Amino acid sequence: MAVAKVCGIETEYGISVNGARDANPITASSILINAYINELHGNVGWDYVDETPGNDARGFARESFPPSEVESHLVNTVLTNGARYYVDHAHPEYSSPECISPREAVVYDRAGEEVLRASMNAALRSMPVGQEIVVYKNNSDRKGNSYGCHENYLLDRALPFGKLVKYITPFLVSRQVIVGAGKVGSESLQVARGKVHFQLSQRADFFEEEVGLETTLKRPIVNTRDEPHADASKYRRLHVILGDANMSEVSSYLKIGTTAIVLAMIEDGFIDDLDLSLHDPVSSLRNVSFDLSLKRELRLKSGKRMTALQIQQALFERACDYRDSRGLAALGPEGDGNSVLELWGEIIGALQTDPMSLADTLDWVAKYRLLLGYKERNGLAWDDPKLAAIDLQYHDIRPNKSLFYRLGVRAVIEEEEIKNAVTKPPTNTRAYFRGKCLERFADSIASANWDSMIFDLGTDPLRRVPMMDPLKGTKDHVGKLFDECANPAQLLDSLGS
Amino acid sequence: MAERELKKKTSTQRTEEEVVEAPVPSSTEKSEKLKAELDDLLDEIDEVLEDNAEEFVRNYVQKGGQ
Repeated sequence: MAVAKVCGIETEYGISVNGARDANPITASSILINAYINELHGNVGWDYVDETPGNDARGFARESFPPSEVESHLVNTVLTNGARYYVDHAHPEYSSPECISPREAVVYDRAGEEVLRASMNAALRSMPVGQEIVVYKNNSDRKGNSYGCHENYLLDRALPFGKLVKYITPFLVSRQVIVGAGKVGSESLQVARGKVHFQLSQRADFFEEEVGLETTLKRPIVNTRDEPHADASKYRRLHVILGDANMSEVSSYLKIGTTAIVLAMIEDGFIDDLDLSLHDPVSSLRNVSFDLSLKRELRLKSGKRMTALQIQQALFERACDYRDSRGLAALGPEGDGNSVLELWGEIIGALQTDPMSLADTLDWVAKYRLLLGYKERNGLAWDDPKLAAIDLQYHDIRPNKSLFYRLGVRAVIEEEEIKNAVTKPPTNTRAYFRGKCLERFADSIASANWDSMIFDLGTDPLRRVPMMDPLKGTKDHVGKLFDECANPAQLLDSLGS
Repeated sequence: MAERELKKKTSTQRTEEEVVEAPVPSSTEKSEKLKAELDDLLDEIDEVLEDNAEEFVRNYVQKGGQ
């Protein structure tokens, strides 16, 4: 039985400073996040002690791979909704809390947009007149520099990593036809300039390996970072670095939802006989992204040829069987499994018959339709900077500037739910405990991490509460405790920490 | 780890990947309706777009990402 697909989305935002062209992006990111923190009460730092991004799921560790943030002491904080908000490299990054379902992951990613928007407004109040920090929820600067939108999924440690790589790769390569965010042109060094006018994915240009530990160079389709942030004898965390940041909630929902279903099937050995391994995953990744007809066939290791859509269709059909025989409880208690499956089928069908009918649904189609319309109306060539500007501005999250918001794209989540998620944690994972601790006792928390909280009660020593199971510390487990405890000392005593 | 120091321009290694240049088909009633709605947005888009597209695109540089 597949473990609950606890999941989350980490989004690195592009950042620029209007009115100060040469502004340092690290400084700008710090100003942005500090502006947000300063308008809130308290600031709890992040604890790096247990971070091991150099551990490789294939069974070895690279010692010269420290968390880079340790050296730079950058702004890093935890929010009452259980999210981490910090400067990563030269970008502001919002890592959603652990969520119990794909839908919840989208809610908390959208709440991240609210956090960034509030940060921009707060920063504006402290900036010199004429200067404004602006962030973009995209993945590329169109000059060969990319930044990520990473997904995380909880897996059973018993699943052999090699098996995971084998079965997840064709899914990840082919899912671009559904979840790509679209991009004007190509930044791949393998592609002659001007040859690609528009492609399905923001990120496909930047991947060079099938599998590996890197996230910033020679990026692999399957990342091997073995850092579960949980009991490593029980769990793995699959860190997917391939995806695009989505503006469309449907795209985002399907990205997390279909990946979670396929992972559950792999865990349960339900697709052992459905070997869709690609002959060359890396070049297939780009070939799928560059093919707007959605008809290009990819060569499989078996010698068979299939389009990306056919691969998605095959996995979708198997997922329907999986639901019928095993159920989709792994996607959360609210019946997400069924709605993901229904939507997946609907979207595959529409992509087969009339992709443009999804211009109010999927990111890449919405963006492509906008670009085509503008291009035709103004008689522009594909290399016109105005089209590149439209591409960037699609991802602007300021209400008055965002082109995405004007497109009237279909929503999945209620606004009210998103607003609530800016300050309240998910209730069905350990994020609840983290968020409630911060809401109630921020002054007594020395630092926080994904899998622990460290309290400073003013007496030695500091007291650490481990949270090694993402499914414990939920509202059901500890909600009553927070009602009963008037102070952090009582809470710790009740927990026996 | 900053990406900028690690990225190498290897333009000499450029190899051709096949690009399929087929337009997305568009036919049904729904996509026609969406196209009509788009016209309204296209009427106002120039007011929203950044003033100098060329400069905006050129100045958007992001280093050190994952």
